[in-house]
Amino acid sequence: MSRSCKAALLASAIGAILGWTAPVLADGFANVGRPATPAEIKAWDIDVGPDFAGLPKGSGTVSRGMEIWEEKCASCHGTFGESNSVFNPLVGGTTADDIKTGHVAALKRTDFPARTTFMKVATVSTLYDYIRRAMPWNAPKSLSDDDVYAVLAYLLNLAEIVPDDYTLTDATIRDVQGRMPNRNGMTSAHALWPNSNPAGPDFPGSVAKPDTGNAACMTDCKPKAELASQLPDHARGAHGNIAAQNRIIGPVRGQRTGPDAAAADAPSPALALAEQSGCLSCHAVDTRVVGPSYSEIAARYRGKDSAEALVSKVKAGGDGVWGAVPMPPQTELSVDDAKTLVAWILSGAPQK
Amino acid sequence: MTKLRPTGEATPRTDPLVPGADTLSGRLRRAPENFLTADDIRQVGQGRRDFLRASFLAAAGATAAATLSGRAAAASPAGAGGDPDILNPTPWGSSLGLPVAANPYGLPSKHERGLVRRQSPGLTQVPAASVSFAPLQGLFGIITPSGLHFERHHQGWQDIDPTRHRLMVNGARPEFVKTPKVYTMDDIMRLPPVSRMHFIECGANTGMEWGNVAVPTVQYTHGMLSCSEFTGVPLRTLLEDCGADLKAAKFVLAEGGDGSSMTRTIPIELVLSGEVMVAYGQNGEMLRPENGYPLRLVVPGVQGVSWVKWLRRIEVGDRPYATKDEAVHYIDLMPDGQHRQYTSIQECKSVITSPSGGQTLLDKGYFTISGLAWSGRGAVKRVDVSVDGGINWTQATLQTPVLSKCLTRFTLPWNWDGRPALLQSRATDETGFVQPAYGQLRAVRGTRSIYHNNAIQTWQVAESGDVNNVQIL
Repeated sequence: MSRSCKAALLASAIGAILGWTAPVLADGFANVGRPATPAEIKAWDIDVGPDFAGLPKGSGTVSRGMEIWEEKCASCHGTFGESNSVFNPLVGGTTADDIKTGHVAALKRTDFPARTTFMKVATVSTLYDYIRRAMPWNAPKSLSDDDVYAVLAYLLNLAEIVPDDYTLTDATIRDVQGRMPNRNGMTSAHALWPNSNPAGPDFPGSVAKPDTGNAACMTDCKPKAELASQLPDHARGAHGNIAAQNRIIGPVRGQRTGPDAAAADAPSPALALAEQSGCLSCHAVDTRVVGPSYSEIAARYRGKDSAEALVSKVKAGGDGVWGAVPMPPQTELSVDDAKTLVAWILSGAPQK
Repeated sequence: MTKLRPTGEATPRTDPLVPGADTLSGRLRRAPENFLTADDIRQVGQGRRDFLRASFLAAAGATAAATLSGRAAAASPAGAGGDPDILNPTPWGSSLGLPVAANPYGLPSKHERGLVRRQSPGLTQVPAASVSFAPLQGLFGIITPSGLHFERHHQGWQDIDPTRHRLMVNGARPEFVKTPKVYTMDDIMRLPPVSRMHFIECGANTGMEWGNVAVPTVQYTHGMLSCSEFTGVPLRTLLEDCGADLKAAKFVLAEGGDGSSMTRTIPIELVLSGEVMVAYGQNGEMLRPENGYPLRLVVPGVQGVSWVKWLRRIEVGDRPYATKDEAVHYIDLMPDGQHRQYTSIQECKSVITSPSGGQTLLDKGYFTISGLAWSGRGAVKRVDVSVDGGINWTQATLQTPVLSKCLTRFTLPWNWDGRPALLQSRATDETGFVQPAYGQLRAVRGTRSIYHNNAIQTWQVAESGDVNNVQIL
């Protein structure tokens, strides 16, 4: 038995005699977290479900909604919810017949140009919930519950689901659900939701068997390989210069597909010269490494006619000005290069 | 603090990131096709083969000098006695390097600055509700460096003060949770932690390619994919701590604390299994703010939108919530005009990342085909690779570890003989599901789904060595 084991045993024996509580595995997490207060839950629990659980009481008219819309929503969504300039259109693509059937017919058309929010959304609760929690985009949660009803009333009016004089309330919103153009347009008959819950499937119609798949064929799987699609020419350079998006070593390089964006990014030639000449082993722009920082040097000599003196100092070396560590003479450096470096340092040692 | 670039190299002579350098520095001579105009090609198409031959000779003459000036050529000891980088002192071998902690939080080499997150131009209209893609073409292994993890924000990202962040657990009705509770980060980080590696993939990853090839590189076709080691607490632990009725509970709502307060319905099955966790750690450090600092949900195998960032609330309920991101977006349009709702699982998928679209092979000869495979239903069982567009397949090697709902790296040695090739990978997961081809996927789901495109990706290798994005049904 190890000494520490003996010590532990001894300690626990003494603990037992003296009535200490030996540390044991907890069966709960004492003092971790605290009960939420009713006010806290009320402040954060703002979700509204498809069955309207959580829907606050309130009301708003189409005309009030239009006022709020023009002030807070139209800049992104367009006056009539049609905007395609900042965000996708909210309204359009639905018909009176869709309101009857609950299926947006245009969704079957492959040539239909876009899908608006009202072509997709099946549940009006989604719109109330989302506007209340996230809109306006730059000031989320700033609308009152009544304002949210009003904005939603205006949107429903734009979508021709409710008339101009409509008042949307926590009661009438249930009628609106029955007029949502795509209310029957959703299906959960797929295998993309976990379905091995022993309590049974979570959604009606959901299945365990995937709808797609493949055979693990290994040889002569098909007579030939035909290309169905290739990158369109206009897309080739649409993502900038791919050469600059790949590594400069390794088995491959990126293809050059555009102008070299790195040009503007190229380091200053004087910085490269400082690197080559070994200056940066002892100096940095604004921190003291071994010698003074370039910003300290620039500050000390700024406005003084000292460039020539500094060139001599760089060439010949020196000590005492910045402390005890001497700067060695830079005999390999040409006078011209020294001038370039001094001018660069006095100008603030820019990186580019 | 302004930082100088680290020492070590003078201005590189053939750095493609420096203007004027020769980017396509391989030893391969460019194929003559690359020097033909559209008009030239038409003439060739009309039978003027002699024109092609003449063009090839001219092109070969004109470019011989250029192709030899590349880096790969420079490394060959053709000059006076050998490689100048061996014969002459290097700047980094003959000078003092930088001191410790010059970068208190370390940075990648300046030579790696091309490998960054990038946006796809025109994909979204505002950068605060957009996507940045991870540079899969340059990543190794299975872990995504945290700074390169893809981003998807719905209302911008926030850097939340962690001392003021709270997580609330409550019930849709009082009977679902005995004691609704509030946890601080102190509380959550006191609880027993687990660390697990999982992939996260946006449901719309590869979404631009449903109908046809649209983007040039794997960064844009597949870059809404990342993989990290996450550290946190199983959500089940918190629910039990609050006395949640896990028999009555059928769904859980997760809600973010940012401006969008994004909400998603989470499958209870994955909560009960212990897989869903509230995570604060990512790759050994705290989450990055863009990835939900200080707390996010991790829902292994499920699309990224469910991994709610800046997580502030969990609600236990008995019916799905039809939130904006499961009723307006993240719904999959089928050919019959119906939208699939609550599609969540990311089915088995794979992609070759090297060589991949937009790249050029340096030379004929040996290459390692390397890529990533993953499945939202468990572990990857095998990956097959084809170099002839799916006629014949060879089983690839899976690098360890091979973990459930985690990226798996596969490799296959390949000698490229210089002839055109069509590279594909096909993954099979532990359920036996085999990744479909585009034809098989479209036959069921059409081309307008946007979400959950897990089709087999094809990269076409041309004689020039150029690798391009193509599709095979």
